[in-house]
Amino acid sequence: MQIKINGKRETVQSSLSLGELILGKGLTPEHIVVEHNYNIIAQEEWGKITVRDNDNIEIISFVGGG
Amino acid sequence: MEDVLIIGGREIKNRLFIGTGKFSDYLLMKKALEASGAEVVTVAVRRVDASSKKDNILNYIPEGRYIMSNTSGARNAEEAVRIARLAKAAGAGDWVKIEVIQDNKYLLPDNMETLKATETLVKEGFKVFPYMSPDLSMARRLVDAGASAVMPLGSPIGSNRGVKTRELVEIMVREIKIPVIVDAGLGRPSDAGECMELGCAAVLVNTAIAIAEDPAGMAKAFSLAVQAGRLAYLSGIPSESLRANASSPLTGFLRDTQ
Repeated sequence: MQIKINGKRETVQSSLSLGELILGKGLTPEHIVVEHNYNIIAQEEWGKITVRDNDNIEIISFVGGG
Repeated sequence: MEDVLIIGGREIKNRLFIGTGKFSDYLLMKKALEASGAEVVTVAVRRVDASSKKDNILNYIPEGRYIMSNTSGARNAEEAVRIARLAKAAGAGDWVKIEVIQDNKYLLPDNMETLKATETLVKEGFKVFPYMSPDLSMARRLVDAGASAVMPLGSPIGSNRGVKTRELVEIMVREIKIPVIVDAGLGRPSDAGECMELGCAAVLVNTAIAIAEDPAGMAKAFSLAVQAGRLAYLSGIPSESLRANASSPLTGFLRDTQ
């Protein structure tokens, strides 16, 4: 199925949880925040959310800034 | 009695706030933060680039410093609010600098959208630090909205042009009862000292430190200038005079008087 991650269209396997998706990208959960269809999802909930077709996911963290 | 800045529910002793952008690497940034003793550090929030194995910036911010996330990237209040919520959820604490900019040439902030974002985020329990163009009536509105401070720009972000807005900042310091923190465009330590002499509560500096030849040295220089400026302000700076006022006595001259 097709979803959008950080603005880019990607094809992912179905019945993937948010947690599996993020770990699958080689990202560590430390200080990452995830927005799923414009809702911020707490880390504890990542495993409970199944990614669906056309979902919009933002994976966000801190960088240097003024 | 120690001179402490009470702001956003905290006690801050170091009135130099530092931004973490533009450092050529995180290690240099860490050295600059350590050299300055800055307690308040800003960070931005961006999409994670999974392909670049960049370190987590928070690992390079010394222990015990307060993170102030900024909403840079926001072009309107709605985007600023979204970024602030994301930053808080990512662990940044409740301090947020509102930065709403549509102008790509001068990076001047949109005061109206900044006010809207401030109103929303204060209600959600954030301690809000709005970055703004120094307009007194807007500053008053930000105070009424519950901002923790107002942050007028000195000159455009990254321009190193100093306190070009001096007159307006001075007015704000006199008329606004919450801390006034000059943010943006401070290019050298004397600029920071100048702000503190005017009575500003603190200053926020990023570019001038990050792109200096020796960021750690420059960070320390800024910190010293902020301390000097603050002490000068507290010590009562004498006013200017149009004509001279002799420093040595006007009597007992070694000369013949007719």
